[in-house]
Amino acid sequence: MFQIRIHGRGGQGVVTAAEMLSLAAFAEGRHAQAFPSFGSERMGAPVVAFARIADKEIRVREPIMAPDGLIIQDPTLLHQVDVFSGLVPDGYILINSSRTFGELGLSDLCEHFRVERLLTVPATEIAREYVGRPMANAALLGGFAGLSGALSIDSVSAAIREKFAGKVGDGNVNAAEAAYRYVQQQMEEMAHA
Amino acid sequence: MPYQPIKFYQTGSFVVGNRLLDVEARSTQSDPKRANTLTSGHRACQGCGEALGARYALDTVSRVTGGKMIASNATGCLEVFSTPFPETSWQIPWIHSLFGNAPAVATGIAAAMRVKGRDDVRVVGQGGDGGTVDIGFGCLSGMFERNDDVLYICYDNEAYMNTGVQRSGATPGGARTATTQPVGPHPGNEFGQGKNLPRIAMAHEIPYVGTATVADLRDLEYKVEKAMTFRGARYLHILVTCPLGWGSASRDSIRIARLAVETGIFPVFEAERGEVTGVTKIRRRVPVEEYLKLQRRYAHLFGKKPQPEILHNIQAAADRNITRYGLLDDTPDDLKPPGEAKDAATSGHDEAQPEDSETDAMALTSESFEGAR
Amino acid sequence: MLSQIEGSKAVADAVAQCRPEVICAYPISPQTHIVEGLSKLVKTGDLTPCEYINVESEFAAMSVAIGSSAAGARTYTATASQGLLYMVEAVYNASGLGLPIVMTVANRAIGSPINIWNDHSDTMSQRDSGWIQLYAETNQEAADLHIQAFKLAEELSLPVMVCMDGFILTHAYERIDQPTQEQVDAYLPPFTPRQTLDPDNPVSIGAMVGPEAFSEVRYLAHAKQMLALERIPELAVEFNEIFGRESGGLIHTYRADDAETMIVALGSVLGTIKDTVDEMRDEGHKIGVLGITSFRPFPQQQVREALVNAQRVLVLEKALAVGIGGIVSANVRTSLSGVQLRGYTAIAGLGGRAITRESLRSLFENAEADALEPLTFVDMDWELVQRELQRDQLIRRPGTAYEHQELNPGLVAAQLP
Repeated sequence: MFQIRIHGRGGQGVVTAAEMLSLAAFAEGRHAQAFPSFGSERMGAPVVAFARIADKEIRVREPIMAPDGLIIQDPTLLHQVDVFSGLVPDGYILINSSRTFGELGLSDLCEHFRVERLLTVPATEIAREYVGRPMANAALLGGFAGLSGALSIDSVSAAIREKFAGKVGDGNVNAAEAAYRYVQQQMEEMAHA
Repeated sequence: MPYQPIKFYQTGSFVVGNRLLDVEARSTQSDPKRANTLTSGHRACQGCGEALGARYALDTVSRVTGGKMIASNATGCLEVFSTPFPETSWQIPWIHSLFGNAPAVATGIAAAMRVKGRDDVRVVGQGGDGGTVDIGFGCLSGMFERNDDVLYICYDNEAYMNTGVQRSGATPGGARTATTQPVGPHPGNEFGQGKNLPRIAMAHEIPYVGTATVADLRDLEYKVEKAMTFRGARYLHILVTCPLGWGSASRDSIRIARLAVETGIFPVFEAERGEVTGVTKIRRRVPVEEYLKLQRRYAHLFGKKPQPEILHNIQAAADRNITRYGLLDDTPDDLKPPGEAKDAATSGHDEAQPEDSETDAMALTSESFEGAR
Repeated sequence: MLSQIEGSKAVADAVAQCRPEVICAYPISPQTHIVEGLSKLVKTGDLTPCEYINVESEFAAMSVAIGSSAAGARTYTATASQGLLYMVEAVYNASGLGLPIVMTVANRAIGSPINIWNDHSDTMSQRDSGWIQLYAETNQEAADLHIQAFKLAEELSLPVMVCMDGFILTHAYERIDQPTQEQVDAYLPPFTPRQTLDPDNPVSIGAMVGPEAFSEVRYLAHAKQMLALERIPELAVEFNEIFGRESGGLIHTYRADDAETMIVALGSVLGTIKDTVDEMRDEGHKIGVLGITSFRPFPQQQVREALVNAQRVLVLEKALAVGIGGIVSANVRTSLSGVQLRGYTAIAGLGGRAITRESLRSLFENAEADALEPLTFVDMDWELVQRELQRDQLIRRPGTAYEHQELNPGLVAAQLP
């Protein structure tokens, strides 16, 4: 089972992101479960959503305490909420930021986890470019597909189109693909470094 | 033939002339083949105004719908005395659910009829003042707001009668009930601003609102018929005398209801979409004491410790109604038919003139005919 | 057809396929997505003929449902928690009148204190209302149970509530095998009411029944519900024949064959329990699970059969009967009358507190070691609770006001935390 935890704030599409992850897994013929950490609806409040992917029926319902992957949609949460809690040693972290882990003050993480699995991507900027709005969730999913390989970028794109129709869907898919390419390039550079 | 004086006000506008009217103009009650939707055998008190009002109203609905009607009934006297298991007095499909939900149940029935394409079946919701003005208020307002195709009828006897005459939101100021006893410095019900359901119904701007009493059969039947010409939410508020709760003689039920109208205490009018479209004028105005004195629930206002202030308040409320609805005729005396001219100096105490000519009776008949329409 | 959808949507779609004629609902978290989904289907014309009534309260919702069902229309509503309580008078009325209304309850805690998250206190409070109560373990089962519910309700002329954990199920996206309209039509015939409000055949419904007949009427309501004990398993078999999967039934067991310790629970927590039990079984523990689907009528015989060979039973409950403890466990105990085994009640998940595999593992091991109190509260902050109880005692000193004044306020203040 692959467990992903997404952190963000109300209004940033965190719950939708988790749902899209589950749709992408479904598109690959796998079982998936997505659910939010249910809070009262309020813009701006910290929100957590969960997605589980597996090859057989998922029965467990507890919140994800030991994620295999983390997506941080809002870097302002980094020093407010313990977003990294429980991440497995081989875990992936993707943070929505144009700064590096070091610039974000997260250097010590690089020591406890596998540094090639910790990346940032300027998803908001990418979203602005391709979608016209600073809604980074779809882009981040593309980036995460590239980082973790848990899902293919094609499945992610299909999932995005299920949630967003027409031009909005196109824009979000383009953003996801752009973030995917960005992450892939980063990983190549790190590999050759 | 011995001379028989007929007091017009006691017998209603058309009783005398019913047999002289065209069949369509006769009252539903005069038809021996009427539906008798609430048939005999129920356990109502002698002189119960609600039993009378319900029969008057629902027989009319039955006539205009060809019997294609369903009724929902709130808990209360009407429900209790009409359906003592295993008997029922209802000859129509009828359901009693709860105290506060008769309007909502009616909404549900109407929805079922609509979804089944049975537009021909009409729905009536009914209840007493308690079930309408108080506990059923939320559901009633919801039904109004959605404009559900329901005619809701409130039989108002101004207290929770079935449970032993406790005060309701419709109990008038000064009245004795089991929870507003005639003791202490403010005997009887407190004077508030009341809860005027007809006006609240009008504020919802529903297609039709009407008030009526059991004293005027023709007017009541007319209001029901009129209401049934509309689709959507409609509301009728009918004053019904309760001899037990009001402490009145059972033979006086109709008389007391008429006095409620003639004093101005109970204004009779109709409205469409929030605007008053017609009023029934007071033919012979009387001071409120004439109405109050017939009911022991007001006895504490008279006698050993009279309450002139309360009487004054009651009269003032009646005066306000008369002004607000224009209940007094302001046709100048010399243009009135003979026998109807009012002495401007009288305070309305004079007895009705006995009919001594058929011409007068006919003239008055057609005059009243105009007024009721 | 396989879909990856939200539980609420699965339920809405399944209900729509049951061809309800009147839907009347009032919004309350966490049921909102269900009724929103249905209102859209009606508005687009996908669900037709159907009247969707936006009512002004839950009391109105159930009342409109009563009128509609009594007039012969297949009727549906949904609620949770406070909304369920608000309609209680009408809930009892509906079952007393024998109306086959189907209602989803998206299980949620009852206030005060107000809490929008999941537990079973709402539907547990209505266990005596005369409604049939079915608890779904997964969203697949939630969808399937609604289809079975309409059939069951209309056959017996009794209302049915389908209980599904609020948020945990309603707001979770998972894989659902959605039935086709043809399958549902093959399973669920059109509604033929036992009696109805019909001008061509007038009846009076809702008469006042006195002492001379009331007992018999109530016994008949009980007897009628007991018929469901036979019918529910049959309906599940018929469902399997048409839809090709096991769903519903009175109970189901998991790895119970040689279990020495049996865990009993209702609803979605069974999934987490099963994962925990798998882990323990892999390590050789003899532990099994009993999931109860039909809570009312309570399947005493089946529960007894499932538990009689165990040494101990742990009932995990998501509701608390203040003043005594467990609710489900009391019913389980009744089923085990005369059987000697150790029984434990564990209260967990109140107000939406997460039930984790870790906590369950620890709880189950303690049960196996018989190291549990008869009544346990899982993941309770005992320190906080004890502090509060002590503080309450200090504030509430017995004695007269005069005696209170005699106390040294400084001493009292020093003891306050």
